[in-house]
Amino acid sequence: MEVNDIKIKAFPAEEFKDNDTLQLYIDELKKAGGSVIVGKLDQLIDWGRSNSLWPIAFATSCCGIEFMAAASAHYDLSRFGMEVTRNSPRQADVMVVAGTIVNKMAPLLRRVYDQMAEPKYVVAMGACSISGGPFLNSYNVIQGVDRIVPVDVYIPGCPPRPESLFYGLLQLQRKVKIERFFGNKRIKRNYRPETLVHPETGETIDPQIDFDNE
Amino acid sequence: MLIYSQPLELTKLLAAIDNFLQGNLTPGWTVLVKGILVGILILAAYTLIALSLIYIERKVAAFFQARLGPNRLGKYGVIQSLADMIKILIKEVIQINKADKLLFYAAPFFVIVASVLAFGALPFGMNLHALDFNIGVFYLLAVSSLGIIGILLAGWSSNNKYSMIGAMRSGAQFISYELSAGFSLMTIVVLSGSMQFSEIIEGQRYCWNLFNGHLPAMIAFLIYLISGHAETNRGPFDLPEAESELTAGYHTEYSGLQFGFFYLSEYLNMFIVAAVAATVFLGGWMPVQIKGWEAFNQVMWYIPSWAWFFGKAGLLMFFSLWVRWSFPRLRIDLLLNLEWKYLLPINLANLLVMVVIVLSGFTLTDLFPALFGK
Amino acid sequence: MNNRDAYDTAMNEITQLIQQIAPDAQIEAKQRLTVTVRPDQLHPVIEALYGNETLCFDYLISLVGMDWGDRLGAIYQLSSSVDLTREVIVITATADRDNPLLYSVTDLYGTAHLNEREIYALFGIRFINNPDMRRFLLNDQWKGFPFRKDYVHDPKLNPETVVSSEIIDVAPHIVERDGELIEESVAVFGEEDYIVNIGPQHPSTHGVMHFRTSLDGEIVKKIDVHSGYIHRGIEKLCESMTYPQMLHLTDRLDYLSANINRHALCMCIEKAAEIEVPERAQYIRTIMDELQRISSHLLAWATHCNDLGATTAFIYGMREREHVLDIFDKTCGGRLIINQNVVGGVMFDIYPDFQKDVKAFIPYMRRRLKEYDDFFSHNAIALGRMVHIGLLSREDAISYGVTGPAGRASGWSCDVRRYKPYALYDQVEFKEIVRTEGDSYARYLNRLDEIEESLHIIEQLIDNIPSGEVCAKVKPIIRIPAGQFFQSVETGKGEFGVFIESSGDKNPSRVKFRSPSLSAVSVIPLISQGAFLSDLIGITGSMDFVIPDIDR
Repeated sequence: MEVNDIKIKAFPAEEFKDNDTLQLYIDELKKAGGSVIVGKLDQLIDWGRSNSLWPIAFATSCCGIEFMAAASAHYDLSRFGMEVTRNSPRQADVMVVAGTIVNKMAPLLRRVYDQMAEPKYVVAMGACSISGGPFLNSYNVIQGVDRIVPVDVYIPGCPPRPESLFYGLLQLQRKVKIERFFGNKRIKRNYRPETLVHPETGETIDPQIDFDNE
Repeated sequence: MLIYSQPLELTKLLAAIDNFLQGNLTPGWTVLVKGILVGILILAAYTLIALSLIYIERKVAAFFQARLGPNRLGKYGVIQSLADMIKILIKEVIQINKADKLLFYAAPFFVIVASVLAFGALPFGMNLHALDFNIGVFYLLAVSSLGIIGILLAGWSSNNKYSMIGAMRSGAQFISYELSAGFSLMTIVVLSGSMQFSEIIEGQRYCWNLFNGHLPAMIAFLIYLISGHAETNRGPFDLPEAESELTAGYHTEYSGLQFGFFYLSEYLNMFIVAAVAATVFLGGWMPVQIKGWEAFNQVMWYIPSWAWFFGKAGLLMFFSLWVRWSFPRLRIDLLLNLEWKYLLPINLANLLVMVVIVLSGFTLTDLFPALFGK
Repeated sequence: MNNRDAYDTAMNEITQLIQQIAPDAQIEAKQRLTVTVRPDQLHPVIEALYGNETLCFDYLISLVGMDWGDRLGAIYQLSSSVDLTREVIVITATADRDNPLLYSVTDLYGTAHLNEREIYALFGIRFINNPDMRRFLLNDQWKGFPFRKDYVHDPKLNPETVVSSEIIDVAPHIVERDGELIEESVAVFGEEDYIVNIGPQHPSTHGVMHFRTSLDGEIVKKIDVHSGYIHRGIEKLCESMTYPQMLHLTDRLDYLSANINRHALCMCIEKAAEIEVPERAQYIRTIMDELQRISSHLLAWATHCNDLGATTAFIYGMREREHVLDIFDKTCGGRLIINQNVVGGVMFDIYPDFQKDVKAFIPYMRRRLKEYDDFFSHNAIALGRMVHIGLLSREDAISYGVTGPAGRASGWSCDVRRYKPYALYDQVEFKEIVRTEGDSYARYLNRLDEIEESLHIIEQLIDNIPSGEVCAKVKPIIRIPAGQFFQSVETGKGEFGVFIESSGDKNPSRVKFRSPSLSAVSVIPLISQGAFLSDLIGITGSMDFVIPDIDR
């Protein structure tokens, strides 16, 4: 499988920008191998998954408004089958983190992520959720949501335009399309939880722990 | 009565299958194989109808909202629901530690079984009827009210406050509106003198019940549409899952296939309500016929009965979608006021009026037997 | 001239009144009457101003916590609800940095409650007699007070974590009884209360508001407002920035009125640095402000309808909003946040077809307003969900400082554009929409009517834009003279104010934004008590607040 084999309707592969990165992922997954029948089934599953990404908008600020604009008449997210915004994280597939995440919100972001059912994806929308954006120097702002949850796609902008959001979501579709359901081969995601500390004991927390105990 | 040519009916095909089975198997086996075949067919139809309804709803909603709706998968996005189904089938089903396990897992089955049972008893077309009870209407009312048990269980067992509020709302709403729905169907039972669907349909050959019982029938029709709409928990009566208040209401904690069951049954219930309304008030699968106009009737019969059925049900469903996407949501007290202070008293009076009309011979068939008589 | 005299007489009376109560108060009559009092005199002075019959100072515009290095204190900006041009500034400070205590004014002003809690979280000043002295924007576990000048952020002390801490519903407070200060704590909720968390991640809280709501069946018994889920410390960040650098942060407060917020800060700096803004820039600013107001009201209308369950109305509102955003987009490339206002004027001139586009938009929007009216405003269900719901009396609106369309729906004429005209608002003719019902429906109608008024204002200006410069010559590093400066504007949500204290440096020493949304939220527990849960959502929709504006 090559990058050019990943078909997104009306968007040829060469129109996407970071094909090289995607090719790296593909090569990595290729080493794992797999039979032809399983491969076909995988393709079917990936087709279903990638075309039915139901988002939950973790909207905290301006980016949330652009997410709403993207779902509305002018831009219409529903064309990609993504308009079914589920407000319950249990039923959503992709969490769009739209806005600044501060210290007080970080545990809640993590909790919503833990409440989602596998396979789950995270899109960091906007400068704030990528790195802290204009509030980088603040005492209260998390410098990127990838310190809290693994992130699949970053969408730069402050706030990103709906077109950028679409581009990001289509990139996510491409990433989903190279996954393997059998053998549970997930694509690599960005996650750098270096400084997670327990508030009371002061111990460093194992980032792999699933905190969802409800 | 003339026999009309019916080229697209499935009657002959069914008869052929029947003959084939009877010719090759013992009577006991025939019944078994037929039962299995019917079961598979009904389940397949159930899925197919639910999936297409989901697609239709999304598309219709999009057009109401000046959008395009799904258009990436297949022509005009027609297989969008298929992708959703594949995804939901293999989505993780989350084990919830503090939930009441047994009830939590049982709840979606209650909901889906109730709607399959009701679905199975619908007359889809001439001879396309799995079960033709003599108490069809009663059976349908009974099994469709099973669904509420599932919803209450879901809300209770989830151990989630939103779910709980949603389920309690649903309970209050469902029990109230079930009364209205039942009474308005009773009005028609009085008019047609039978609870059997085939008889009710046959009675509407030249005059739909809606017109036959004129004023009280029309009132009953309206009340049935309102209360049926309310029973299916769809806007403006979608309080149990009120997105803007309760995130996802009673199914907040459900994921994967379990949520899929709730999702499917919601759409199927909409179909069932529309189908029952079409059968009881609008003549079901019976084509539009006018006494004496044989040529016209023949043309009408060229359109197969199942197409009539789905056409009428579809029209009512479109109406339901229209309402859903136009109105804001009711509040629980407004909702119960509407039922207990208006619909129910009107309904009781209406039932009485209908009895008087039927007894004193003021139905259209009695008044103009030459035009509408059987 | 007569006005001026009457103004002076009234202000003289007030000066005398203050001198009677606090003889050693320092009174300066600069631009505004500024009174500095000892902490123990604060409450009597403010009470006298509040109870003054000829000119009653019953509107607390903002309450600014201050750290002057040696002293910690607070600045109270008071105004009169009948005449917003009258303002009195009361300043008080305490030298005790370890346990600073001031007297609360919550008994007079409802809005003081959350403001005092905010000052406690950020400066560590506790207020005696405030019934609930929990920190507002930060967690209870937060160590240190970030807005103090000697605060150094240490990630070890306040680490980021993914483990959520329990919410403790116990409120400590200090009361004064018979001259003694007693520290107590009270439970916020009863033991048997059925508490539902609405927010912070909830579809209808318009962001990350968190209402802990105790329910009796479907009826709301009590609401405890939690906030700070997007507290970014913008005011603190501003202190380390030069004045032009601060501009982009204002956009991210109330992002729906981004341009208007920025206008306020620009005007405040211009006023302080005495920069003259060219005429053309004033025209562009005013038109852009009104377009922004239309888009803000459209979104408010849309989300309000969505909260009531009408999804289609939501999409319709967003559809019309896109037309405004297209004009913004063509002007400067931004949609939501347009970065147009700069100190001294505007950054980009309008594009050649600007007037044509705006003029095409006006009749289009009028048609749509008609459509909204047909489609939603008289819908029986919508009326049932809005009429007589969330009643806010005029007194409460003033006490809680609820301005904007919501305040005017309660019969309080509080339009900053009328009372303290800025830009070109003294040259255009417009009607201030005031309704007296005070319910959700009045707030709803007010917004739609204000869109019409905004169109009317734009109509008057669009053909008369003079030619000329769009930006005055401004030095890259702006220094403003030492002193305190305040400028307020009317945003889509209400009165937005910028307070700058400068020490003559290139950075401000304290910046405070007066948030209209904070007032709107602080009044929610009051007006939705006894309402249905569904109505709580409808009421929050009708108040129209933006959370990043509250948390700052």
